[in-house]
Amino acid sequence: MTRLSGTGMTLAYDKRVIAEDLSVEIPDGSFTVIIGPNACGKSTLLRALSRLLKPTTGTVLLDGRDVHSQPTRTVAKTLGLLPQSSTAPDGITVAELVARGRYPHQSILRRWSAEDERVVEESMESTGVADLADRNVDELSGGQRQRVWLAMALAQQTPLLLLDEPTTYLDIAHQIEVLDLCAELHERQGRTLVAVLHDLNHAARYATHLIAMRSGRVARSGQPGDVLTAELVEEVFGLPCRVIDDPETGTPLVVPAARRRTGDLSTNARI
Amino acid sequence: MTLVEVRRNPVGIRPRAVVVGVTAVVATVVVSVFSLGTGDFPIAPADVVATLFGAGNPAHEFIINELRLPRLIVAILVGAALAAGGAVFQSLVRNPLGSPDMLGVTNGASTAALVVVILGGSDLQLSVAAIAGGMAATLLIQLIAGRALHGFRFILVGVGMAAILTGISGYLLTRGQQMENARALLWLTGSLDGRSWTQAVPLLVVLGAVLPFLVLACGPGLRILEMGDDAASALGVPVSLLRNGALLAAALLVSFGAAAAGPVAFVALIAPHLAKRLTRAPGPNLLPSIAVGALLLSGADFIAQHALDDRALPVGVVTGLVGGAYLVWLLTTERRAGRI
Ligand SMILES: Nc1ncnc2c1ncn2[C@@H]1O[C@H](COP(=O)(O)OP(=O)(O)OP(=O)(O)O)[C@@H](O)[C@H]1O
Ligand SMILES: [Mg+2]
Repeated sequence: MTRLSGTGMTLAYDKRVIAEDLSVEIPDGSFTVIIGPNACGKSTLLRALSRLLKPTTGTVLLDGRDVHSQPTRTVAKTLGLLPQSSTAPDGITVAELVARGRYPHQSILRRWSAEDERVVEESMESTGVADLADRNVDELSGGQRQRVWLAMALAQQTPLLLLDEPTTYLDIAHQIEVLDLCAELHERQGRTLVAVLHDLNHAARYATHLIAMRSGRVARSGQPGDVLTAELVEEVFGLPCRVIDDPETGTPLVVPAARRRTGDLSTNARI
Repeated sequence: MTLVEVRRNPVGIRPRAVVVGVTAVVATVVVSVFSLGTGDFPIAPADVVATLFGAGNPAHEFIINELRLPRLIVAILVGAALAAGGAVFQSLVRNPLGSPDMLGVTNGASTAALVVVILGGSDLQLSVAAIAGGMAATLLIQLIAGRALHGFRFILVGVGMAAILTGISGYLLTRGQQMENARALLWLTGSLDGRSWTQAVPLLVVLGAVLPFLVLACGPGLRILEMGDDAASALGVPVSLLRNGALLAAALLVSFGAAAAGPVAFVALIAPHLAKRLTRAPGPNLLPSIAVGALLLSGADFIAQHALDDRALPVGVVTGLVGGAYLVWLLTTERRAGRI
């Protein structure tokens, strides 16, 4: 039994069913990466796991109990979520936004403390936004903003952290930086991370557990080396490709097949 | 470093917001002293202060404590109530124009009050009807807009509700006799004439309960809620509980405010707006809004009572003129700055 799992979930918005009989288990201490085409239900799954969307049937268990039966503040101290998109309030500074990650640790009686201060400081350092601390969030670039939101999620200091596309908007160097940071959190602090990523090669490189989704179902899950095959990519994304060894890490590297030129129909797309 | 620490504190308040709030409170006190001292029987500021502290002569005591003070207190409290209600509404629907006067809450109070006027009811009945009408309109909007209470849907339903209620009010006015219509029109404009401790005491009680609830219990959550429902839930904000609680509390404030002084124009819209502009802080800015609202209405009533030599204006005329002018000024500057 892992700390976070969903069993037999039907996920729907109003009457529109996105997933049926969906079950996932997030291995403890893993860096789980979810991949899948647009609109296959990745964000919906994360929302269900983080009790933002109540499954019409089935349950999400967090630490052995239905996540919906637990006080929302208790959940917020255990399970963090970085949504795919959030709005920064007008006129808020970077430090103020990151500090909001401390909300679940505060109450009317227990307000701001030196500990909160330290955690906010650290979260900004590790995401490289400490220099921006007093800038307004709405004056930042998309990539800077993304790192600020990540810092806020880190400041929540939850043992489980769900990240919906944390690398969107980032340039390649910052993508790697954020993923390295995630790997570090996972390795050094033993946090369980779940991230939705669109870059399959990053997924293969960083994930310890990979979940491939297609139209509301889990197509396959397990070790990246076992999951990420040319057949799976073709099945899930409909993309002909080759999978070779990443020369840096030996993990799978997905190389999309070259575009067929007209009159070149004899080439086998699957190679 | 201390400054940065304060600014970094999400439950703390920015120094600038403190300055704005304190300035508004001090200004309200100054306005109050002048307001209490001005009238057919002028009283010097020093005597006003002495009388307030219980050291005045009997004549001053009667004029201030029995005649002028209750009206001033009603002005301050209604201003505070409308501003707090407006700030919560604007924050909940995430729209700076989403004030209770635009969304049908105030119209609910007006329509119910009109019915009482047409039926020739007493002032007490009128107040009770206004409160019931405002609350009923809020609940109805919430019911129609659905559980999700999405900002946009709430606005559409609210604007529709306001239009329907305005139509009904118009119809009621065509049915009224001349006497009743004069009373109705005065009430609809918003007036503090003849307000006494009868209006001030219930307001004090309601504000004493609701304002601390809003500021302490809802304030921190409302600030987080501005980041979106998902982000707020993820941080442990009980989103629907908070929304419903804050909405009902805000509607209660607005309804009681309208019951005591009529649907005074623009205060609920302008006060939170002005407070936000001055503090430049994110969040509903509840405390600065409350202070600005109190200043606006007590100041407007001072002007209303003494601007014209021969007779007093209803306070709603002044807030309407001032509020409208502020909006026009805002729209032109924002336009020049390319923000709209
Ligand atoms: N709030 C909502 N209301 C109604 N339908 C929704 C809502 N959010 C998502 N959907 C629908 O649910 C389906 C799955 O969406 P979801 O956001 O989970 O996809 P995703 O896998 O995260 O896609 P992407 O890679 O584009 O982020 C889509 O068809 C989408 O239109
Ligand atoms: Mg998504």
